[in-house]
Amino acid sequence: MAFLYALPGAIAEGLIWGLMGIGVYISYKILDIADLTVDGSICTGACVCAMLLGSGAPVWVAVLAAMLAGALAGAVTGLLHTALGIPSILAGILTQLMLYSVNLFILGGKSLVAIDPRANDLWVHMSDNPASIGAMLILVTVVILCLWQFFYTEIGLTLKSTGDNPDMSRAQGVNVKLNKVVGLSIANGIVALAGAMLAQYKGSANINDGRGAIVIGLAAIFIGLSVSMKIKPNFVVSLIGVLGGGVIYYIVYNLVILMGLKTDYLKMLSAIIVTIFLAVPYLKGEYFTKRKPLQPWKTANGGGGNA
Amino acid sequence: MLKITDLQKTFNPGTVNAKTALNGLNLSLADGDFVTVIGGNGAGKSTLLNAIAGVWKPDFGTIEIDGVDVTRMPEFKRAQFLGRVFQDPMKGTSPDMEIAENLAIASKRGAKRRFVRGVRRADREKYREMLASLELGLENRLSTKVGLLSGGQRQAITLLMATMNRPKLLLLDEHTAALDPKTAAKVLELTDQIVLKNHLTTLMITHNMRDAIAHGNRLIMMHEGNILLDVSGEEKKNLTVEQLLNLFTQASGIVNDRMALN
Repeated sequence: MAFLYALPGAIAEGLIWGLMGIGVYISYKILDIADLTVDGSICTGACVCAMLLGSGAPVWVAVLAAMLAGALAGAVTGLLHTALGIPSILAGILTQLMLYSVNLFILGGKSLVAIDPRANDLWVHMSDNPASIGAMLILVTVVILCLWQFFYTEIGLTLKSTGDNPDMSRAQGVNVKLNKVVGLSIANGIVALAGAMLAQYKGSANINDGRGAIVIGLAAIFIGLSVSMKIKPNFVVSLIGVLGGGVIYYIVYNLVILMGLKTDYLKMLSAIIVTIFLAVPYLKGEYFTKRKPLQPWKTANGGGGNA
Repeated sequence: MLKITDLQKTFNPGTVNAKTALNGLNLSLADGDFVTVIGGNGAGKSTLLNAIAGVWKPDFGTIEIDGVDVTRMPEFKRAQFLGRVFQDPMKGTSPDMEIAENLAIASKRGAKRRFVRGVRRADREKYREMLASLELGLENRLSTKVGLLSGGQRQAITLLMATMNRPKLLLLDEHTAALDPKTAAKVLELTDQIVLKNHLTTLMITHNMRDAIAHGNRLIMMHEGNILLDVSGEEKKNLTVEQLLNLFTQASGIVNDRMALN
């Protein structure tokens, strides 16, 4: 009963983290970069949104500004990586560290800034979960439609090939460095958008928001793709899968809390979930592969003609 | 079409591992030249192709393609002049993307990419015809992920991608070396067809001396970062593998194991 009571909240928050998962999907799956900027940029999104709402800006302005701030953070990581030759994982860590100071600056030195739900006409808030779920569904639909359109354009295709095969991309005249910067900007823009929604939902922006966000994003991706890849391995289904992965993650999260796990241990739980999803494919390949008789000609000709 | 002047490249300069890969190399290719490149391991063949493609910058010398000095031009910009097929069949295509999407990316090499749909219906028809010309049964698999294809099929598609926007220069880096003999012969046959039909200026590295003699109108042999032998026309047509080995031994004073085996 208590679980059913908590369910709408879990779904609403799950959709927000699922949206962030979509951002992580773009960096991790499409660009093939484990981008640790995310932990900072989601907080940047929350901070920018909270401060602008506090100063009386309309919600759409606050949300848009949050997205732009996130995109800028992504561009910084991208430039550290491509222009200065810093390995992508370190570039992300450096930006994340920078963002901690930036976020404190945005919050005016305070570690927490509250958003007044009565003074602002918020899109989502924990006091009204059904409306929040509705608003989030509209928002993610718009985001997924935009990404779907974009990634199938001439430019969008080269973003996919940049992560998939940089050698081929360069040989076909694709500016791989620029694409990485653009891709990381889009990814972190979406992550910051999720941060802005999170701040509205919780009614505050906290300097510690987003610690471990990358792990939640990866969990949403792994949970989501384990289902969606079985249905249809295409782009839109994958994005919907990631979104669903975020929701499932938050339902499980709430369930575990209701079962009496102390919230102190939840980060450990997140890390264990992601570890399992990362380890299982490896272990499967290493120890549980059934040996099939070799049929080189069958694979070499791959169902086609006389290669 | 291609003019290389005094090209020099040393890897790991100033260390005990310093290796002079290109040693003041000069080479000129006329429009429509199909040049086969042979030489032992470490002779600088791949280094030469990578220098032309812009994988790294040379220490000294200039590279001109069709009158444009590209020596300092980044790799992705130079791609507008070049078609490339690599030794590794995995390198030339994007495995997680459909055949049609790979071709769509290649169809925009050297052109401005826009915010319009990458693969349109008319494009699919065009790609279907191109794939049919390969005679590998790929024309009905436009939506197949390239990663599901065999090495030979991928190499054939890479060849198509390298040549669909007529390149000023086609660079083939041992593109059949990783394939089984039957598939290698098929890809080589396709190469001949495409190069002749489009009158492409081509540099093809091969380890197979017979192929080097049988294909193209000119043959160069490399050794220690320079060109040892440059034959063309009738002289090249009448070459035999034995003569080639003798010439190599005379000129370099050594017999290379790998070459002796061929």
